[in-house]
Amino acid sequence: MKTASNPSDHKTTQPLAAEFNLLQIRQDFPVLKQTIRGKPLVYLDNAATTQKPQCVMDAIVGFYAFDCSNVHRGVHELSRRATESYEGARLKVQKFLNAAESREIIFVRGATEGINLVAHSFLRPTLQPGDEILISAMEHHSNIVPWQMLCEERGAILRVAPINDLGELIMEAFEQLLSPRTRLVAITHVSNALGTITPIRHIISLAHGKGVPVLVDGAQAVAHMPVDVQELDCDFYVFSGHKLYGPTGIGVLYGNSELLEKMVPFQGGGDMISSVTFEKTTYNTLPYKFEAGTPNIAATIGLGAAIDYVSAIGLKNIAAHEHQLLAYATEAFARIPGVRLIGTASKKAAVLSFLVDGVHPHDIGTILDQDGVAIRAGHHCAQPVMARFGIPATTRASFGVYNTTAEIDALVAGIYKVKEIMG
Amino acid sequence: MADLRDLYQQIIVDHSRSPRNCRVLQGASLSAEGDNPLCGDHVTLYVQMEGERVKDISFQGNGCAISTASASLLTEMLKGKTRAEAEALFESFHDVVTGAPYVEKPGAPALGKLAVFAGVSQFPLRVKCATLVWHTLKAALNQIKEPVSTE
Repeated sequence: MKTASNPSDHKTTQPLAAEFNLLQIRQDFPVLKQTIRGKPLVYLDNAATTQKPQCVMDAIVGFYAFDCSNVHRGVHELSRRATESYEGARLKVQKFLNAAESREIIFVRGATEGINLVAHSFLRPTLQPGDEILISAMEHHSNIVPWQMLCEERGAILRVAPINDLGELIMEAFEQLLSPRTRLVAITHVSNALGTITPIRHIISLAHGKGVPVLVDGAQAVAHMPVDVQELDCDFYVFSGHKLYGPTGIGVLYGNSELLEKMVPFQGGGDMISSVTFEKTTYNTLPYKFEAGTPNIAATIGLGAAIDYVSAIGLKNIAAHEHQLLAYATEAFARIPGVRLIGTASKKAAVLSFLVDGVHPHDIGTILDQDGVAIRAGHHCAQPVMARFGIPATTRASFGVYNTTAEIDALVAGIYKVKEIMG
Repeated sequence: MADLRDLYQQIIVDHSRSPRNCRVLQGASLSAEGDNPLCGDHVTLYVQMEGERVKDISFQGNGCAISTASASLLTEMLKGKTRAEAEALFESFHDVVTGAPYVEKPGAPALGKLAVFAGVSQFPLRVKCATLVWHTLKAALNQIKEPVSTE
């Protein structure tokens, strides 16, 4: 029996590591073969979600077609296979993040749920009035609101480290805001609205120097650069599968096992227990303590396939390719009169947020869409970032492994069309 | 195929670049706020009534060309109209931007310049931009305190 989650299946459709074959990569993504209103689709909204390669879809279909069963329960062959694939995905994530142990990998719905889990299970039981949680001014709403809710409930204080006009964290201010009351630093690895890559190792060493644990929001990082949680020495790291060429509805919380062991469960239910009586329930061991109920098995297996896919190309190769695209786009945009980039940090990932003089981003989005160019217009779920720059919204082009310089040319041509129509 | 020039007609571009009645109306008897949370559009509408009639009307806000032009043209159209005429006009306007067949509403004033929004019907994602200020008007006339949201 052949299932698509077998790694040997997609070796045939992938380029060899260290050999970046863009044409082949584009072939791997069926969605890219379509036209929109007669024009080739130019998909530049990868920070919102990435497209899925055929091997990810095959893995999902393969599970439902051949192996569909619940995990960790049945004695039958299908359940054995499903469990093997599901736990196989956990091992893939462990290797992908270079976590020390597979039990440190908790499957969640996405980065948002991972953050909420840490808020509930790690901080909530011990957070005291007057305690502080330190975040940055460039967080996505998902790394603001769970902390705000918790602070409100516990009388704790949310501190926000400011950013400069380039969109970089002001490290002196961050250091000053680390106080004896700081109970957690929760910070993004890469800003979704600005593209800034934060100096995460330095941040973590400063926080640890004061005994403060750190949660890293890696939603915008894992698809764009190699991530090693042991090297970073972070306590928690979260990401979403769908921004890593995997399915929606699946994400990962990495947690240091010492901390995870001490934490209370997030949700109660099946699979997270080792024994239940009406008097007392004994919780299961890691990672199952945090995985109540039947998980999203198909999506987890799909995520495993996505990790195989990007690993075969090589995250370093992907980073190098996207860096070229970003440099090309940044240079092209510098030549368009009346265009201003928002987020010009010295270290950036594949995000180009911009404004066109006198034209609202929403109108830019509609005009580009007419030519099949898909970008995001709006506040990018980062309204405080917009407020910091005194703007209601930006237009954002964000790049992925399959994008080309020709697509950036199409974007630039679209911006000239915007200026013509709205001029 | 939808044509961008149908959406961004000259009059819409003009009103978005130079919106009319874009100011705070001191002493307005009615006001309301509207938000489009998805794109961050925000509008505050001020209405000064004299009996049943709109004596003066203005708006302030941030938004795309469609929502700004819609607010600007709304204020132009509604000055001097009665509450009932304003509400009837909203119904006609709604039909225009959603592409519903035009049916003359009893008591509704002529669409006039608002007809330029017909192009919006070819861009379903933009209907909310055009109607935000009209929903806000309804809230103002009914003295609804909570901000109106398109979501």
